[in-house]
Amino acid sequence: MTVIHSHSLSKTYRVPVREPGLGNALKSLFHRRMEDVEAVKGVSFDVEAGEVVGFLGPNGAGKTTTLKMLSGLLKPSGGEVEVLGSVPFQRHREFLRRITLVMGNRNQLVWDIPVADSFERNCAIYRLEREAFEQTVAGLTELLDLSKLLSKPVRNLSLGERMKCEIAVALLHRPQILFLDEPTLGLDVTMQRRIRTFVRDYNERFGATVLLTSHYMADVEALCKRVIVIHHGKLLFDGDLSALVERFSPHKTISVDLEREGMDLSAYGEVVSANGSQVTLLVSKEQTAQVTGRLLTDLPVIDLTVEEPPIEEVIEQVFSQQTAEPGVD
Amino acid sequence: MLHIYRILFNTGMAVMMQYRAAMAIWLIGLTLPPIIYLVVWITVARSRGGEVGGFDPTELAAYFIATLVVNHVTFTWHMFEMGWRVRSGFFNPLLVQPLHPVHRDIVENVSYKTLTLFILVPLTAALVWHFEPVYSPQRWALVAFVFALVLAFFVRFFFEWSVALLAFWITDTSGLNNLYMFLGFFLSGRMAPLDLLPGWVQTVAYYSPFRWMLAFPTELLLGRLSEQEALYGIGAQLIWIAVGLGSMTLTWQRASARYSAVGA
Repeated sequence: MTVIHSHSLSKTYRVPVREPGLGNALKSLFHRRMEDVEAVKGVSFDVEAGEVVGFLGPNGAGKTTTLKMLSGLLKPSGGEVEVLGSVPFQRHREFLRRITLVMGNRNQLVWDIPVADSFERNCAIYRLEREAFEQTVAGLTELLDLSKLLSKPVRNLSLGERMKCEIAVALLHRPQILFLDEPTLGLDVTMQRRIRTFVRDYNERFGATVLLTSHYMADVEALCKRVIVIHHGKLLFDGDLSALVERFSPHKTISVDLEREGMDLSAYGEVVSANGSQVTLLVSKEQTAQVTGRLLTDLPVIDLTVEEPPIEEVIEQVFSQQTAEPGVD
Repeated sequence: MLHIYRILFNTGMAVMMQYRAAMAIWLIGLTLPPIIYLVVWITVARSRGGEVGGFDPTELAAYFIATLVVNHVTFTWHMFEMGWRVRSGFFNPLLVQPLHPVHRDIVENVSYKTLTLFILVPLTAALVWHFEPVYSPQRWALVAFVFALVLAFFVRFFFEWSVALLAFWITDTSGLNNLYMFLGFFLSGRMAPLDLLPGWVQTVAYYSPFRWMLAFPTELLLGRLSEQEALYGIGAQLIWIAVGLGSMTLTWQRASARYSAVGA
């Protein structure tokens, strides 16, 4: 079942611009120059119920703007968008009860009161049944290890603790669609892993649909089978993560462990690293089989592995292929 | 909805209690001006042989002590916060929750007023003891005063929330806020009883919402209005509430469509 439908979705911001200097400041008093910035340019895609989709793109690509339009925070400038059968921007209560949006540091917890009080607030705002609410809180407390945090004022929590509580408070009403904008931003590796595991569990347990933006490729690799790549507001790629690598990476890496140290392998490909007897080569996809054969025939190889390049490199490759243009995230 | 209001009220009170010093300073800022105006006008009255514009010192005391209470019950601060809210992305989480943000502000306002009653009541009692004001309302006027006070809160709240929403169009609203406050200062009767102002100012005040935010309930408490004037005033308040609510709804629709959701 399609739960998100976006067709030619676009968003244009109108922003004031002026050249630096006092003269230009004075001029702007009488004549304010405005400029249109197209943050999202005709993006189309559908998302099925239960999918976990990663939004990828550099800063200013338009991915957060897209997420904001899907969640109803922003009114699109053009195109069509439908989420769970509703037009998000109309912000009908029933629609808002079925989604959640977690964004960076500005969220639903009230800074000065204990976390549990913020939970109570959301219980009332979302008109949750007491029994279901208590069950959800108990489940989230266990999954995210919140028991020691619930009685603390939010301002006394560390960033990681706060993020866990933000995610919990955003999920109290058991939303069917989760819009997560950089949910692991600024967290340490352990906490990132914990959040990832939790999101995966939530998706599996409740069949929820997840749309996620993240600069950490580990998030995307761990959670998203499908990725949507946006750059300069346009959709560059929509498909499986493996297909993205296949399409955009013309190279593979060959790691070789040799019997002898200090051997020169530059004749076989680009030497990415050489550490004693371990050498990593970058070779074009077409030549991979041939180079592998030559290495095994010519050299005293103990071990050899052929791998796709790290996803970060592929993404970098994707973006570097595009012409640089300013954008708005 | 009552349940939501009760929970928001409880958390609002809890938040306010975290900022006791700020709350006390706000309260001092609110209570000092009417006391200063009172002292100034009493001095003027005494220098003019004991009264000014038909108000003797005890009536002036009654008027300004009443405005202190009415102003406390009706004042709002959202005009001064809205710009920051728009610029900082504070609205982002609120807009994706199934509750209009105005409800939070109403409850937050009521929480503050409830908590500060513990300071306002003894302070008012002390002023009454010191200045010996004379109040002579009939019983119906007292009932009408309570009713008018609640209506005055909503007239002021809806208008000031509408003005606050202009922050969606204007980056720095402090000038606009000051202009609004300046008009309100004269036309609501905060600076002086409207009877002491020139006729044309009284006419402007009469046809503006400001008079119905402060001067009208104050005059009811003082027993200066007839039953007909009271009924007419309550009717005017209801009309201004409808206008304010309509203006707030329309402005909010436009403002939220314009919102560019800044911040993370």
